Amino acid sequence: MENKLIISPSPHIHGGDSIQKNMYGVLIALIPAMLVSFYYFGLGALIVSAVSITSCVMIEYLIGKFLLKKEATISDGSAILTGILLAFNLPSNLPVWIIIIGAFAAIGIGKMAFGGLGKNIFNPALAGRVFLLISFPAQMTTWPVPEPMSMHYTDGQTGATVLSLLNEGISELPSYTDMLSGNMGGSLGEVSAIALLLGLVYLLVRKIITWHIPVAIIGTVAIFTGIMYGVDPYSYANPLVHLLSGGLLLGAVFMATDYTTSPMSKTGMLVYGVGIGLLTTVIRLFGSYPEGVSFAILIMNAFTPLINNYIKPKHFGGK
Amino acid sequence: MLRTFRIGGIHPPESKLSAGKKISLLDIPEQVIIPLAQHIGAPAQAVVKKGDVVKTGTLIGKAGGFVSANIHSSVSGKVTKIDNALDASGYKRPAVFIDVEGDEWEESIDRNGNLIKECNLSPKEIINKITEAGIVGMGGATFPTQVKLMPPPGNKAELLIINAAECEPYLTSDHSLMMEKGEEIIAGISILMKAIDTKRAVIGIEHNKPDAIAHFSNLVKGYAGMEVMPLKSRYPQGGEKQLIDAVIRRQVKSGALPISVGAVVQNVGTAFAVYEAVQKNKPLIERVVTVTGKNLSNPSNLLVRIGTPIRNLIDAAGGLPEHTGKIIGGGPMMGKALISADVPATKGSSGILILSHEETIRKPMYECIRCAKCVNVCPMGLNPTLLMDATDFKDWELAEKNYIVDCIECGSCSYTCPANRVLLDYIRLGKGKVMGIIRARKS
Repeated sequence: MENKLIISPSPHIHGGDSIQKNMYGVLIALIPAMLVSFYYFGLGALIVSAVSITSCVMIEYLIGKFLLKKEATISDGSAILTGILLAFNLPSNLPVWIIIIGAFAAIGIGKMAFGGLGKNIFNPALAGRVFLLISFPAQMTTWPVPEPMSMHYTDGQTGATVLSLLNEGISELPSYTDMLSGNMGGSLGEVSAIALLLGLVYLLVRKIITWHIPVAIIGTVAIFTGIMYGVDPYSYANPLVHLLSGGLLLGAVFMATDYTTSPMSKTGMLVYGVGIGLLTTVIRLFGSYPEGVSFAILIMNAFTPLINNYIKPKHFGGK
Repeated sequence: MLRTFRIGGIHPPESKLSAGKKISLLDIPEQVIIPLAQHIGAPAQAVVKKGDVVKTGTLIGKAGGFVSANIHSSVSGKVTKIDNALDASGYKRPAVFIDVEGDEWEESIDRNGNLIKECNLSPKEIINKITEAGIVGMGGATFPTQVKLMPPPGNKAELLIINAAECEPYLTSDHSLMMEKGEEIIAGISILMKAIDTKRAVIGIEHNKPDAIAHFSNLVKGYAGMEVMPLKSRYPQGGEKQLIDAVIRRQVKSGALPISVGAVVQNVGTAFAVYEAVQKNKPLIERVVTVTGKNLSNPSNLLVRIGTPIRNLIDAAGGLPEHTGKIIGGGPMMGKALISADVPATKGSSGILILSHEETIRKPMYECIRCAKCVNVCPMGLNPTLLMDATDFKDWELAEKNYIVDCIECGSCSYTCPANRVLLDYIRLGKGKVMGIIRARKS
């Protein structure tokens, strides 16, 4: 028996954390927002989510098997996660074929082209979304009006989002209660602030993410839009509207915190978060697009290697 | 709020199975194998030869340099050979083999158990006695104690920190010693204070040992300048730099010694050995070893003669279980996997841990997902995944620039990694390489 002793270096025990646990943890955190989207956008939300998840997983499987000829990686849960996050960034009336193209852009170009999980530079779901936004601007910006348990898919009534209203200078906005609960037009996962904040609490409690990135983004947007509102309250919406509208919370909690594409040190995370907050606000207030979270995150994704290079973790005994 | 170190750290399950168990005396074996290299630094030189008759406490190996330690016989009997023997390092290194006959001690050793608090020796005399007795750091690092008591010129110790953190899971040897030999330890601490001429000593104890905190808070009352500091349980608090940071909120710079922030750190077990050496003339010939593991029927704290085969210790704790995966010398985080149960217990043997295959098996490794959890737990503020990559690509310049030599090899990164990456395996390799490069550059 003793000749079978294992000899390997320390440490001899492992904490039991795994990639799966983290990925499925994020999936659990997404459940409240998913339920809200099913409630307000009904059948459409269901179809978009199902198509997005299935095509993301399938595309990763096919690329892995036939192009890279590597062991299957879909069991780690990251493709499912990308699928849900992509769906969350799409309107619930988007046709199936466009979703499949988006999934291909997300997984094929955004993730697998770089070498798969851990190697990609850009958040895959956002790469997919922005690809679609630029390719299909009309379909990507017609938003179904929320209708509890709706049985409509591509045939539902459409309306504007809070940010597109603001962009056109219209000040008749949904009530705060509606913005908190998710009773407004928008991408299917972004509408309910309460559901997204519940997810944030779960992620923080499970220690899947730290507070740095979400707080830096939300804080920067609040301060920047607050200053603009203070300067000219007639031209600019108040900060609360900015925090509760568009993809800000979805982006801050679930997209910008993607492990692979965000910086590794705490200070780096703060710099990255502030950058996203600033870019988002600039695009929203001064750009021609009503919403800028996706672009802001992708731009800061590109800066992540640079941030990692210049902002190191606080070294023990260092300055 | 309890204090702890300020960067990184983890809290693995404590698994202190042998906590609260009284120290029991292990029978003297029929033969001991006493390695001549039980410490960091140069091995001792044998001063006995085959056929010599030795007593318990007889000097058998003389320190082989400034950073080295004397070795004494832990038994009485006859030297049968001086030969290479497999030890806990996994290498065959010189050792003295002694066949045991009776248990006759050197006359100079005071075997009376009465407590002697008074010590009227000068610092130099104290350090000489410690050097004579071959005392090394008992926490497992085995650095010769006298060297730490002689700071380089121009440095003055402001305080003595006693390391009673025992942050490694499973291990309870320090804890049990503190509960049973508290007064001797305190006397040892006051001797150490005298040796480095300091008025202040802080005993850092993790709060998972409330009985030891209470006991010592009571004991220090009679001594000026001595205090107990309860610390939040966190691994690797027993790391020298981490403990100093926890206690006095000062961080020792890269490459600097603790004395640079005015601290000298000694393990609580070392304080006890110092007491015995100075007050009882007793060299370091036995120590408390925790023998533990979830599949052992009787996890124990044993008082063991140095050189006793590990197998005897395991037998006393219920025998080697079937399906044993690893026998570890030390704790699960920093201990060494032993090649065989026949290696001898040495001065640095704080514990013997038996893990099953299931408890210790390494799961398949995946690509790094850059989650930064290793960065968050690194107590030295390093970027373990970057250092692993640098080692993998043999980019020694990058590794050096990112302080690879500061790694204390605590294993928090590998323990935490969700992708099961063997970060420390690589970093240890890279650290050795970079240290070699730095040495070559200096010479």
